[in-house]
Amino acid sequence: MNIYINGTGCISPQETAQIGPLFSTLKEYDQVRLQAVDPDYKQWIDLKQIRRMSRVVKMGVGAANLSMEEAGIKMPDAIITGTAYGCLDDTGVFLNKMVSQEEQMLTPTAFIQSTHNTVGGQIALLLGCNAYNNTFVHRGFSFENSLLDATMILREGEAKTVLAGGLDEITHYSYQVLSRFGLYKKAPVKTMELLKSPDRGTIAGEGAAFFVLSPEKGTHTVAELAGVCTIYKPLWEGEVIGEIVKFLEAQDLTLEDIDLLVTGRNGDIAQDEIYEEVAAALFPDHPEACFKHLCGEYPTAMAFGAWMANRIIAEQDVPEAAMFYGQAPARIKNVLIYNHHQGTHHALILLKAC
Amino acid sequence: MSVKVWIAGGGVISGIGMNLEENLQAFKDMRTGMTKMQYLQSVHQDAFPVAEVKADNDTLADMARMPETTSRTALLSLIAAREAWKSTGLGDISRYRVGFVSANTVGGMDKTEDFFKAFLPNPGGGRLQQVVHHECGAVTELVADALGVRHHISTISTACSSGANALMYGARLIRNNIVDIVIAGGTDSLTRFTLNGFNTLMILDQQPCRPFDETRTGLNLGEGAGYVVLVSDNLLAHIQPWARLSGFANANDAYHQTASSPDGTGNYLAMKGALDMAGLTPEDIGYINLHGTGTQNNDVSEGIAINRLFAPHFPAMSSTKSFTGHTLGASGGIEAVYAALALKEGIIYPNARFRRQMKELPFAPATAFSTGNDLKHVMSNSFGFGGNCSSLVFSKE
Repeated sequence: MNIYINGTGCISPQETAQIGPLFSTLKEYDQVRLQAVDPDYKQWIDLKQIRRMSRVVKMGVGAANLSMEEAGIKMPDAIITGTAYGCLDDTGVFLNKMVSQEEQMLTPTAFIQSTHNTVGGQIALLLGCNAYNNTFVHRGFSFENSLLDATMILREGEAKTVLAGGLDEITHYSYQVLSRFGLYKKAPVKTMELLKSPDRGTIAGEGAAFFVLSPEKGTHTVAELAGVCTIYKPLWEGEVIGEIVKFLEAQDLTLEDIDLLVTGRNGDIAQDEIYEEVAAALFPDHPEACFKHLCGEYPTAMAFGAWMANRIIAEQDVPEAAMFYGQAPARIKNVLIYNHHQGTHHALILLKAC
Repeated sequence: MSVKVWIAGGGVISGIGMNLEENLQAFKDMRTGMTKMQYLQSVHQDAFPVAEVKADNDTLADMARMPETTSRTALLSLIAAREAWKSTGLGDISRYRVGFVSANTVGGMDKTEDFFKAFLPNPGGGRLQQVVHHECGAVTELVADALGVRHHISTISTACSSGANALMYGARLIRNNIVDIVIAGGTDSLTRFTLNGFNTLMILDQQPCRPFDETRTGLNLGEGAGYVVLVSDNLLAHIQPWARLSGFANANDAYHQTASSPDGTGNYLAMKGALDMAGLTPEDIGYINLHGTGTQNNDVSEGIAINRLFAPHFPAMSSTKSFTGHTLGASGGIEAVYAALALKEGIIYPNARFRRQMKELPFAPATAFSTGNDLKHVMSNSFGFGGNCSSLVFSKE
């Protein structure tokens, strides 16, 4: 069974919610923490609710709606969400009050909205959708698991259209804590210089990307989700290289069939090393595009990468801002996305133009 | 025709016992797990009874063979998951394609809330070790790594239905030939975060909870972990199955972020969907392990949905949360183990403290433990915040 991407929606630190060529109005930053650009949420959510919703919920609802609009559907047969951190902002609000008020005089709103399935639940609630609803919260595999679940449901014949996505937010607290783990650059870095920066650390990001998947092609369909694969804590780079070869073989593809490699380079010299090794071993002459300098690093950034790859196939062009190495071929058919998060969670997604 | 998925074993740790055998004995003795808070430090210590696992972290860490600084959520998880695996007799785990699908709602929050005391006044304060396993997925990985599972690892968090969704997803991983075996279930430890959260919703009972009783006024929180081992039909010769996971369904109530719809739409759809997949009619079900939290809202919605689907043939039913408290992300896993064991040994579990019939319902829960019942099919319900509703059906063959 072929699984088509019939619609996509993305809210990110770039102007991805706007119609127009990919990254035509590139947002260039010179900072260590990127924040998603808010679209006008009033088009999907009424004002009273907007005020109560945290950013991650709004991003999710917005991206989900954008993808359904593009697919031309009003009601999916399943809603599957992937989020590593869940609703961090409301978690932080409740935690802060609970600790500082010594467990007294607390109100329920933040707690209610802190559960990891809030986004999936809110999308269902706003659509009035009684269908299958699931939320994966597995670190750097949260988005990949949601795609795997979507693929399985479609193959099982239980659903005709599935809404699946990945999202995470960065908050004041999470940024402070993650900074202490040494994840981020010590000084601001310019967007277009991040991937060439010579030291440790990356930039923090956030965003939401949703996909409407179906075994039947829609009017705006340009690509097929041909495969998803996760590699947990590989022992060495050879294991990743082997898995990539196996993954492509399973799709009846050779390395030469890949027209564009998209990688999750994030500007941290230690974390980017494996992309170098994989490219050197398998794709020495392949053109390579990157995305994390545009959206920042977060556990579900792969969703942004997949969204971008789909748009690249639609436009049959790689915007200069995304190009990392070489030149895109005239015909972009097979795009392999390879990403890892923290060196422990490696994932592959293959998109095929259709 | 889908591949059959068997339950090859199970393990539980909860407020009524450190392993499945102790849990079973507690049901036989009508010994419930709610007591005054002993291990969780909270200003509400005297206000709300809870069903804690009766051991401190040092003891649990010894049992789990993990450092005592490990999140309690992971300690509980590893203890129950090891018991589940051991009960199957499958031996060396590395010989199989195994997945670990674990649900939880709190992750390492038990440590994070301690961290925040030092962190809030000073962003450089608090020991990072306390937040390194904050994420739900981090808890799963600690356990997967200790078990030696590498083929597939995932974490599901759909509030109180999380554990049931872990079984569904695990069964589908097997049916889609991604793995042959899945250790599936859930874990959650008690935290001040959840205790205070449920308190703000005003659904915590200050007395031991009374699910499906007219006088019920809320739930008691519990903690624990429960896992079944799901095994593909192609390994049937290697196991002695307790039961088969024959049907499951997940639906969304799409009514309110925390409350169930008055007619239990999501509950009905989940139960109906699970029956349909199993190819059964309501009369075939011999026992329902209710979601049965003891809140006004849940029990009436669940009851009305059961009435709509099952009337006039009501099976035996009970809420084991009257013993274990509501263990949130673990409950679907714990209750799945109970349900599979019910089929294996013909058990109907008692619903503690039931006295007064609910006026909205024509049926009442079972109040005594019994064994040797002729059960062929059993249902387990798990409904949660966010409208997430899931039902599982287990069959003897």
